[in-house]
Amino acid sequence: MVKTESLRRRRTENYKKMHPEERHIFSVLVENRFGVLARVAGLFSGRGFNIDSLNVAETHDKSISQITLVTHGDAQIIEQIYHHLNRLIDVIEVTDLSTAGTHVERELVLIKIATDDPQKRTEVLQVAEVFRGRVIDMKPASLVLEITGDEGKLKAAIDIFNTYGILELARTGKIAMLRGKEN
Amino acid sequence: MELSGAQILVDSLKREGVEYIFGVNGGAAMPIFDALYSETEVKLIPMRHEQGASHAADGYARATGDVGVALATSGPGATNLVTGIATAYMDSIPMVAITGQVFTHYIGSDAFQECDVIGVTRPICKHSYLITSCDEVADVVAEAFHIAKTGKPGPVIIDIAKDAQLHEALFQYPETVDIRSYKPQVHGDPAQIEKAAALIKEAKRPMLYAGGGVVLANASEELRQLTLKTQIPITVTLMGLGAFPETHPLAMEMPGMHGSCCANYAFTDSDLVIAIGARFDDRVTGDLSKFAPNAKKIHIDIDASCIGKNVPVDVPIVGDAKSVLTELNKQVGTADIDPWRDQIQEWKRKYPFEYEQKADKVMPQYVIEQIYEHYSDAIVVADVGQHQMWAAQYFKFTEPRQWLNSGGLGTMGFSLPAAIGAQLGCPDKTVVNINGDGSYIMTIQELVPAITMKLPLKVFIINNMYLGMVRQWQELFHGKRYSAVDYHDNPDFALLAQAFGATGLRVEHPDEVEPALQKAKGITDGPVVIDFIVDEEENVFPMVPAGAGLGDVIRGLS
Repeated sequence: MVKTESLRRRRTENYKKMHPEERHIFSVLVENRFGVLARVAGLFSGRGFNIDSLNVAETHDKSISQITLVTHGDAQIIEQIYHHLNRLIDVIEVTDLSTAGTHVERELVLIKIATDDPQKRTEVLQVAEVFRGRVIDMKPASLVLEITGDEGKLKAAIDIFNTYGILELARTGKIAMLRGKEN
Repeated sequence: MELSGAQILVDSLKREGVEYIFGVNGGAAMPIFDALYSETEVKLIPMRHEQGASHAADGYARATGDVGVALATSGPGATNLVTGIATAYMDSIPMVAITGQVFTHYIGSDAFQECDVIGVTRPICKHSYLITSCDEVADVVAEAFHIAKTGKPGPVIIDIAKDAQLHEALFQYPETVDIRSYKPQVHGDPAQIEKAAALIKEAKRPMLYAGGGVVLANASEELRQLTLKTQIPITVTLMGLGAFPETHPLAMEMPGMHGSCCANYAFTDSDLVIAIGARFDDRVTGDLSKFAPNAKKIHIDIDASCIGKNVPVDVPIVGDAKSVLTELNKQVGTADIDPWRDQIQEWKRKYPFEYEQKADKVMPQYVIEQIYEHYSDAIVVADVGQHQMWAAQYFKFTEPRQWLNSGGLGTMGFSLPAAIGAQLGCPDKTVVNINGDGSYIMTIQELVPAITMKLPLKVFIINNMYLGMVRQWQELFHGKRYSAVDYHDNPDFALLAQAFGATGLRVEHPDEVEPALQKAKGITDGPVVIDFIVDEEENVFPMVPAGAGLGDVIRGLS
């Protein structure tokens, strides 16, 4: 079914000004079955919602997978996303981490950097230290760093390493959860 | 004793109380058809095209409220079901569509007649299952029926690999179904219902706006109580027609693009819209920025994602219409709104549905009026197009499930097979199929099973020799450039009906309308097709042009 007009595209400029877009992180617990991810992804593409990042993995309970999904939209779109996720039969629980309380979030990035001269290698390792990066592979002409952190930290790290020449980059997408209760 | 997966499937359907399965046989579903061969409890209805099978299952579900079942083979059989599945999905009709699938070890290899049905139908069904082992069959059927008919109903697909049909397992049908991730909310939040009652008390120009959800929830009785108790004027959408009797003085008739001026003006002036099982569809609201601009909105819907989707809502109530209305009815009294009621009555008097009668031409609206005269108690199954709007306007529906049509997807070809399903589901009722010349020929082949089963369907074709609704838009918005809508080359439908083996009549003059309808009444041993040759360029009015507000309704061209 082709939706020629998504909610987003129906918005007038004036509406957009009055209803600013927000970034939200959803934690979605789903049945660990084949095809569930396609249902979630299809819901977003079919209704014209955006996925900024997506992470899926089994939880400690093998029958349940967790999807961490970062999206953006105005308040009405976010509400629609929440309800449509809940409508999927295989979705057990949806939490909007951005509104349900304070949360912690992490992302992991692997960066392969050209280190063709020893001087450059030393510098790269020093910078890696600043970001608490770990070297997980080292060859004469390159090394691979592992860095974890929130979005801001990873952006800063990538910006710096870019000046040294990034050969390859892979990142996980965000995972997040609510902080524990105070007592 | 161990049974084959196909036999388990059939026995499971029996446990669900299935009366009829509408299907077309084919390679990957043969074991299921084989299991149905000597079956008497679940009757197999062979249709001529899988689209017909899915519409027939849909029509059965709409007429009875029970789950309709369609069956097809893999690949093209399954893809042919798709239009019917999408139709049922858009109108939230409980249906289970069963498709055969190639052997498990062939899945993914582009085998003969293989198609990823689960993938194809993902956005047009409530849920779907692929069965690759006969052990899963009974549990999946139980879950599928539970999901199809509870909450917001909808079609569920069961795709079953051929080896799962052939292998044997013990048959054990689950006594109860409990799906941890699926718990539809039935009861509305009491605090919200109280708020709604308070708003209703305050309102000076309130209106009820009821939709297909009322019919689906079997909540017509509760809706009638609410309307009569409060004496608030009511408009019922295309999908809900019959939920409240159109003959009642409080009924404003249907709203929207081709709705009554009264209902549309009422929206524009109202200060409180009480929506029940209706979803503020674009065909109802017109331009959203001009829709009910002065009204607060109460929205009762089983589907939380429907609330606030198109129109901001002041009091959302998520729950089953029957349950919520039962609670709401306890808290409301007669509304003190006499000036508003007078205004509504004045609009009703001033702007009824009307057309110009011509001496030498059969007017389509006149045919509908005459059908209403002769068949006011019948189940009316309409197709999609101008005739559908005229039927909605000029036939006065008084009972829920009396009016069946594809409102959401607008599927041409829906009505003849759906009428077959409705007639089988309601054998004691007269079923009238109001069709168009364009839509009739899309599924005309389903006349064959209707004749074979001697179903006394009344098939009335409003034949204007055009794809009429598109032609109307071309006349109004495309400078009369009638691209691909001229159907003068259609065959003579009366003769064609006779060739099929049905009674076929042709009506070309206004005087012949009444006698033909009379004659059709007497034919009870099979379908009768009447081809009403009507005024070719008659348009449907009133009309709210796409993108206009409801207040800008065009009442007519004269």
